[in-house]
Amino acid sequence: MSEVNNTAQSTRRDFLKCAWGAAGLVALVEASGVALSFFSPRTTEGEFGGVFTVGRVEDFPPGSVTPFNNGRFYLVRLADGGFLALYRKCTHLGCAVPWNPAEGRFVCPCHASAFEMDGQIINPPAPRPLDRFAVIIADGVVKVDTSAPIQRDRTNREDAVYA
Amino acid sequence: MAQAAATEIMEDEAMIDPQDPRPESLPQRVWESIQRDELPPADDRGRMRVVMNNLVLHLHPSKVARPTLKFTYTWGLGGLAILLVALLVITGVMLMFVYTPSPETAYQDMLKLQTEVWFGQLVRNLHHWSGNLLVIVAFLHLLRVFFTGGFRTPREFNWVLGVALLLLVVAANFTGYLLPWDQLAYWAVTVGSSLLSYVTLVGEGLRSFLLGGPEVGAATLTNFYGLHVAIIPLTLMGIVSFHIWRVRKDTLSVPRRLDGTIDDLASAGSRSVEKVTTLPHLVARELAFALVMTGLILLWATWVDAPLEAAANPDHSPNPAKAAWYFMGLQELLLHFHPVFGAIVIPALALGALTLLPYQRFDLQAEGVWFRSRKGRIMAIVGAVFGLAGTVALVLVDEYALDLPRLLPSLPTIISNGWVPLAALLLLLLGYYAALRRAFKATACETRQSVFVLLVVSFVTLTVIGIAFRGEGMALMWPWEVWR
Repeated sequence: MSEVNNTAQSTRRDFLKCAWGAAGLVALVEASGVALSFFSPRTTEGEFGGVFTVGRVEDFPPGSVTPFNNGRFYLVRLADGGFLALYRKCTHLGCAVPWNPAEGRFVCPCHASAFEMDGQIINPPAPRPLDRFAVIIADGVVKVDTSAPIQRDRTNREDAVYA
Repeated sequence: MAQAAATEIMEDEAMIDPQDPRPESLPQRVWESIQRDELPPADDRGRMRVVMNNLVLHLHPSKVARPTLKFTYTWGLGGLAILLVALLVITGVMLMFVYTPSPETAYQDMLKLQTEVWFGQLVRNLHHWSGNLLVIVAFLHLLRVFFTGGFRTPREFNWVLGVALLLLVVAANFTGYLLPWDQLAYWAVTVGSSLLSYVTLVGEGLRSFLLGGPEVGAATLTNFYGLHVAIIPLTLMGIVSFHIWRVRKDTLSVPRRLDGTIDDLASAGSRSVEKVTTLPHLVARELAFALVMTGLILLWATWVDAPLEAAANPDHSPNPAKAAWYFMGLQELLLHFHPVFGAIVIPALALGALTLLPYQRFDLQAEGVWFRSRKGRIMAIVGAVFGLAGTVALVLVDEYALDLPRLLPSLPTIISNGWVPLAALLLLLLGYYAALRRAFKATACETRQSVFVLLVVSFVTLTVIGIAFRGEGMALMWPWEVWR
């Protein structure tokens, strides 16, 4: 009889232990959730991340690279007339990659990665070509959507947009 | 009435306990309520009581082994680290009163601090140099403990705490690096935080969480400020107290000579350890050393100004854009490996090995002997030579002769510039271990020490190459060309 009682008691104790443990765990998860969302990044509207109207098609001669500092991108017009918007952030470690007009390529000052005019890697350590933004051309007006950089493993002819 | 008054007086007198040992005068009573033990203590018993009953001194044991007081055993490195933390807290709190963490004001505040605030430049210099010195001192402290076998049972876990403290010190430095908001700060943190994005799956999220957005900006500055002035210091001080308390519980290892005798004049030739009271033997030495070091740091901070470059400009990365000096070894690694390996795999392997180091089997009775044994000393030199020559050779070969991605064009660079060179290096290390162990007929722990020396010297060499031999475009050049 007493044996039965003992078993019954320890089962109840086990149950309560479990219940307390579970409640504690839930509380911990909730608190972590609160902390994580409290500290999560807040995005600002109307700055880098929006759509930029950069000008008319004929403003950019073929074979030109025009920097847009507010949008963090270069508007590239390839020799064949195609438009590309390249994110200036180096795909290696995030430095701002300047355009070197004399050499006709992008050379990163931080770790010497170099990119062609269309973003293709000439020199590692960069692991992939420069990211690009979507280019929209309507009625001869060029717009660049900086909301989401597009990553690519290699450059394609289809990356460029033609008027 | 008169009778009532007389009764009162009698009752009052009855309240005074003739046995009460407390002194009569009020100031003396107040003092003794604060400091319970007699000062200065009359005998060893009294000295031990003072240590035991004092909040700060209590982190020490009441008695210490006399040989451990030898300066050239510990080099006072742990104590120096504590002193630097104290200096950092004092100067850091002062700086908080003249600095606002916002991109509009931060750099202006730095200029005002250096030109308008009385002693502003001095306080900033003290904070800057103490922080940098702390990284070096913590690292040297780790080396000292390793080379004297101070991590052996029961001190394994305290070694792990020490590694955690080293990481916290680096984190404190890194977060503080951003606060001046100059070009140096902005780009070092941009590069440093980009390393995170190579962590599989969670990296990019982690990075934007830490930066408070897609790139270093206003949110990053407030995030780093909060980490730098509150979260990291509090964690650091908690673990430091634990660390010192564990030293008290586990005692310090005792310095020994090669023949196993205790390295101490007073106990020459003996194998038993004499103990002395912490007060004054240890405390006096600590205070004297702290005073000398404070004086030296003050002198240095008076003459050498902390660097401040032009205000941060997100449109223009300086050339070369270098990370903070203690990350230059890592940055040099990145020039040779695919980022996943340079930033994640190799550092994680190294850190894992460092943490688990004290749990390796120790097959030698060598606790307290510098570099384990005579053989261990020679093998350590061999390790240092190989580490230096090997690293320089490999860097030169990779820079001028070997282009793995071009040799193996069919493979993705993560394999050709990651797995392949890492596997080759690990095989070289294994070969080194086996050959050395055989050549010297050495124990595992002597050989392991030689490998440890090799790796530490490699890391230091990489750091020096990164600081002094990398110039414009991160090209290799001589130091006088770098700093032209």
